[in-house]
Amino acid sequence: MPSDLVVRPARPAAGWALLSSELSVLFRRRRTWAMLAALAAIPILIAVAVRLSSSPPAAGEGPPFLDRVTQNGLFVGITALVVSIPLFLPLTVGVVAGDTIAGEASLGTLRYLLVGPAGRVRLLFVKYAGAAAFCLAATMTVMLAGALIGAALFPVGPVTLLSGDTVAVAESAVRALLVAAYVTVSLLGLSAIGLFISTLTEVPVGAMAATIVLSVVAQVLDSLSQLDWLHPWLFSHYWLGFADLLRQPISWASFGDNAALQAAYVLVFGALAYGRFVTKDVLT
Amino acid sequence: MTVSTPSVDLAIETHGLTKRFGHQAAVDGIDLVVPRGAVFGFLGPNGSGKTTTIRLMLGLAAATSGDIRVLGRAMPQSLRDVLPRVGALVEGPAFYPFLSGAANLQRLDTADRYAPSATRAERVELALERVGLTHAAGKKVRAYSLGMKQRLGIANALLSPRDLLVLDEPTNGLDPQGTREVRNLVASLAADGATVFVSSHLLAEVEQMCTHAAVMSSGRIVAQGTLADLRGGGIAHVRIRTPDGAEARVVLARLGLVPAPRVGAPDRPPELDDVVTAPLLDDSTASEAIVAALVAAGVRVRGFAVEGSTLEDRFVALTGEGFDVAQ
Ligand SMILES: Nc1ncnc2c1ncn2[C@@H]1O[C@H](COP(=O)(O)OP(=O)(O)OP(=O)(O)O)[C@@H](O)[C@H]1O
Ligand SMILES: [Mg+2]
Repeated sequence: MPSDLVVRPARPAAGWALLSSELSVLFRRRRTWAMLAALAAIPILIAVAVRLSSSPPAAGEGPPFLDRVTQNGLFVGITALVVSIPLFLPLTVGVVAGDTIAGEASLGTLRYLLVGPAGRVRLLFVKYAGAAAFCLAATMTVMLAGALIGAALFPVGPVTLLSGDTVAVAESAVRALLVAAYVTVSLLGLSAIGLFISTLTEVPVGAMAATIVLSVVAQVLDSLSQLDWLHPWLFSHYWLGFADLLRQPISWASFGDNAALQAAYVLVFGALAYGRFVTKDVLT
Repeated sequence: MTVSTPSVDLAIETHGLTKRFGHQAAVDGIDLVVPRGAVFGFLGPNGSGKTTTIRLMLGLAAATSGDIRVLGRAMPQSLRDVLPRVGALVEGPAFYPFLSGAANLQRLDTADRYAPSATRAERVELALERVGLTHAAGKKVRAYSLGMKQRLGIANALLSPRDLLVLDEPTNGLDPQGTREVRNLVASLAADGATVFVSSHLLAEVEQMCTHAAVMSSGRIVAQGTLADLRGGGIAHVRIRTPDGAEARVVLARLGLVPAPRVGAPDRPPELDDVVTAPLLDDSTASEAIVAALVAAGVRVRGFAVEGSTLEDRFVALTGEGFDVAQ
C-alpha cells in the first residue's frame, strides 16, 4: 500500500461519514424512490380528479379542505396530507423504520458494520436519523407535489385561512411548510417504534408489518370513545391536529402537545431499542 | 500444548471460552493461543464451532463464559480500539445487492471512524485491485458470482492497514487462480507483519499457508500448535510403488513391518503398479535396508518414499472418521 494510505489517524473522526452513507444508501434505493413516487401520486390523483369532475366538491364533502382546492391550488398539498396520514404515510414509514436493523441483519451487512466497528449505539442513532429523514422526505414529497400540481391546475392566490383571515401566497407557503413539519414530527414516534421492533428480528418484512399494524391499531383505539382515557397517550392521537396552524394567529398548543408526545415515544422506544440491541447476539 | 507466553506476543488468546445455544455448547471451554505474526489455521469439521468462535472474538456475540484478548486487549470491552485494526470475513461475504462492489466497500468503510474519508475512494480502488475485481467495481453486487462476492468480502477486510486478519473460509467458492491468489495474499500480509487467522476445512490449503493451527471438534480444541507439532504426532510410513505387490508385502513382513492389505479390484491387470504402504513403527529398520531387501528379492521397485504423517491423517485421527455432523 502507498505510504499515504497506511497511516492510521491517531484520533477517530467524529463519525458523520456513516450518517451520510446511510442517507445516500437509503435515498439511492429504488424502493425508497418507488414509495416517494407513490406518495407524490396522491396529490396528483386528487387534483386531477377534482379538475375533471363537473361539479366542484361542496364544503364538508370528501376529505377536509377538498372544497377549497378549486378556489386555491395551494390547498392540494394539505388535502393530500390529510388523505395520506391514516395509511399511506405510516405504511411507507413502517417499511423504512422496520427495515433499519432487521434489513441489515437479513443481508448480513450488520455484522460487517459492527466489525467496522460502527458501534452499536452510533448505528442505532444513524439508523433512526435515516428513518427520520425519510419521514421528512415523505411529507415534503406530498406537500411539494401537491403545490406543483395545484399551481398547474387551479388558480393560485391569497389564501383564506380557517379563521377567515386572508394571507398572501408567501405566508401561505410558510403555513404549508409548518403543516409538513407537524406531520413529520407526528411520524417520529412511529419511527422509534419501528426501530425497536427492527432490533427484535432478522426478518425485515415482519418488523415492517408489525410497525404498520401498530399504526392502524393505534388509530382504531383512538376512534373508540370507550377508551377515551387512553387517547392522549396514543402516538396517533394528534396526527390530524394541524388545523391550528391554519388560523390567524397561529395556535401552537397542538404542535407542542404533539411534539411532547412524540418525544416521549422516541425516548421510551429508543431506550428499549438500545437495551435490546447493545446486548443482542448478531448471528446472521 | 498451551505454552504460557506473555500475552503481548499473542494476537489472540482465549481462556475457557464457552458459548451455549440453549443446551448445546457450540464452543466449549476453548483456550486458543495465536502468536503474533503467525498464519494460524483454524480447522474443524462442519458445525464444530469455528464461526461461533470468530463471532465471539469480534464482539458480535457475547460469550457465555471465559475471556478473550485480541491484540493484547480484552474483548469485547476494548472493541472500539481493537476492531479498527482487525479485518474480517465472517461466515462468508455479505453486501447490499443493489449497490455496486465499490459502493459497498465505501459504505462499509464509513463504519470505521479511523478510516479517513479523504483516502476512501483510493483505498477502495486498491483493495479491489488486490483481489482482482477492478473490472467489476461498478457492477451491482446482485450480478456478482459466488467467487466474485467472496473476493469482494476479502477486499473489505483489506480496506485499511490491519494488524490482524480473521478470515472465515476465505477460499470458499474461489476458482483455482483465486485460491492461489488468496494464498499469495495471506503470505504477503504475513510478510508485512500482520497476523492471519484463517478458518478452513481444506487441509491441503492450511498445510500450504499456515505456520500454526488448531483443530476443533464439537466445540473443543483437540490439538493446537505449530504445524510441525501437529504433524509430528503421527507416524511415518514407507510407500512403495511396484508391479510386484504380493512379493513386496512378503519381504516387508519378513523385515518385521506390517504392510497395509492390498486395495483395489482382485482382477487388476498385473502390469499396473500396486502401492504398498507400511507404518514405520520404530527406527530399527533403516529405509535403505528395506530397498536393498526388496531388490534382492527381485521386486521391481518403481517408487519408494518415506512419508511423515499428513495433516489429513492427524485431522481424521483427531476428529473421527464419521461423515455425520456432530450433534
Ligand atoms: N444461531 C444459532 N442458534 C443455535 N445454534 C447455532 C447457531 N449458530 C450456530 N449454532 C450451532 O453451533 C455449532 C457451531 O456452529 P458454527 O457455525 O460455529 O460451525 P462451523 O465450525 O463454523 O461450521 P462450518 O464449517 O460449517 O462453517 C453448530 O452445531 C450449530 O448448529
Ligand atoms: Mg463456519
